[in-house]
Amino acid sequence: MNGNGKKIVLRFPQEVADRPIVCELALRFGLQFNILRASISPHREGIMVMEVIGSREKQEEGLAFLASRGVLVEPLSQDIRMIEERCYHCGACVGLCPTGALFMERPSFLVRYDPGKCIACELCVLGCPARAMEALI
Amino acid sequence: MSKTLRTYEEINEKIAKGQVVVVTAEEVIDLVREKGIERVAREVDVVTTGTFGIMCSSGAFLNIGHTKPRMKIHEAYLNGVMAYAGLAAVDLYIGATQPAKDDPLNKVHPGEFRYGGGHVIEDLVAGRDVLLEAYAYGTDCYPRKKLVTWINIRDLNEAYLFNPRNAYQNYNVAVNPSDKTLYTYLGVLLPRMGNAGYSSAGQLSPLLNDPFYRVIGIGTRIFLGGGIGYVVWQGTQHNPSVARNERGIPKGGAGTLAVIGDLKGMSPKWIQGVSIRGYGCSLALGLGVPIPILDEETLYYCSVSDEEILAPVVDYSHAYPHGTGEVLGYVSYAELRSGIIKIQGKEVPTAPMSSYSKAREVALTLKQWIQEGKFTLTKPVAPLPGVESGVRFKNLVERPVETSVLVGR
Ligand code: SF4
Ligand code: SF4
Repeated sequence: MNGNGKKIVLRFPQEVADRPIVCELALRFGLQFNILRASISPHREGIMVMEVIGSREKQEEGLAFLASRGVLVEPLSQDIRMIEERCYHCGACVGLCPTGALFMERPSFLVRYDPGKCIACELCVLGCPARAMEALI
Repeated sequence: MSKTLRTYEEINEKIAKGQVVVVTAEEVIDLVREKGIERVAREVDVVTTGTFGIMCSSGAFLNIGHTKPRMKIHEAYLNGVMAYAGLAAVDLYIGATQPAKDDPLNKVHPGEFRYGGGHVIEDLVAGRDVLLEAYAYGTDCYPRKKLVTWINIRDLNEAYLFNPRNAYQNYNVAVNPSDKTLYTYLGVLLPRMGNAGYSSAGQLSPLLNDPFYRVIGIGTRIFLGGGIGYVVWQGTQHNPSVARNERGIPKGGAGTLAVIGDLKGMSPKWIQGVSIRGYGCSLALGLGVPIPILDEETLYYCSVSDEEILAPVVDYSHAYPHGTGEVLGYVSYAELRSGIIKIQGKEVPTAPMSSYSKAREVALTLKQWIQEGKFTLTKPVAPLPGVESGVRFKNLVERPVETSVLVGR
């Protein structure tokens, strides 16, 4: 993964969902982006998870531009949540998580979640029998 | 047989006096390494074991009390999950793996199985109201035909867990060498051996600490779901004849326990409904068994460590579903617990389905109960079938059914 990539969640309110805003990131700011997930329907709110690659300044300018066009920009980590009361620390998710965002703390054998490393692949959501990992998208 | 060091009666006397010495099956390992079997056997009275994981073959009997007019329930649903009513009038059995009646199951694979019998049991234990819908055909003595009501565990006459098979003595490690993701009861298995699912508390697991069922038997009092329970029989599929290593540890799934316990004394901390993607619903449960150190041999067996317990690695894309019996190799629980195992030269991350931290907590809780005098030990009234019993787990041999029998079915 690119060192200067930043993972973000974009929410498009109804009024802006059908306009081509995201491509402006490349055209105006020379940013590259990988769309990790997207669900946009023309008449409802749309959501897109992407990695934006480029210098920090350009990233900030690009995201400020999106915000000025009515897009809500949030860091990605907010979107996968661990419901601690339901987690019984089995570790099934640890063996699935591709980034180490979920890890087994030793010697306590308690499972910990570092949202900063999460790329919202949702494998843990699939694999958690306790339904303790929740995707808020 | 080594010399008897203490009896159940002597242990219980020490419990009553607050003088009993208890350690967990994890703590005992280092203790024995340090001091040796002989000395530790003299000092320690009881070793506590524990496990916490998904235990299929679990369920609860409920008696809801009679209605007015009376009703002999024929069909019943608890929060939309079918409970078995073919017992009497108002006795129900809710099985852990029964999905809700409107569950789309695996129609859209992998199904979510959001709510099932295990969740009903959790809701009952947590003291939440549960919706009961019941139907009957009506009889002269039981005329009522329909019932819709809220029920709550506090109002039930009896509510007890009765699990036909829990606490498997060792189990498979599941991998998936195929090219597509598999959804199994040992978890989501990523393609090309992307992970390995397993489920045992290893060195803390009850039957791995008493591999020949020398002390755990019918009548043994246990920790069950945060309350008190008993071993009532060998579990279904109990298979003492599995090959064993030099420490007596079976090289695959072997002994099992049938257990019972009052649901009213349990806690949602130790009993939780689960949804296994693409597979179904079930129940995660904490279970712990005390092992009285009657002699040195008992201690020797319960000083076993994760390095000495091996589990078979099985291909769940082919060998398991087709029952070929093929094993890809063996790995120890120490390796499994480290987070990475090596299979055919490939490093594979492990994905446990049972919780080691909770297993440890079960053993520690049971230890505390015994130390505080809240839990005494019971001597089994009958043993579980051992290696010498010749009991062997059999597969079904199907027999062709004649067309004449099938007509009209
Ligand atoms: S799979 Fe679920 S219950 Fe198990 S450790 Fe992960 S979040 Fe917790
Ligand atoms: S969503 Fe993916 S990356 Fe994030 S914690 Fe879950 S498994 Fe790890």
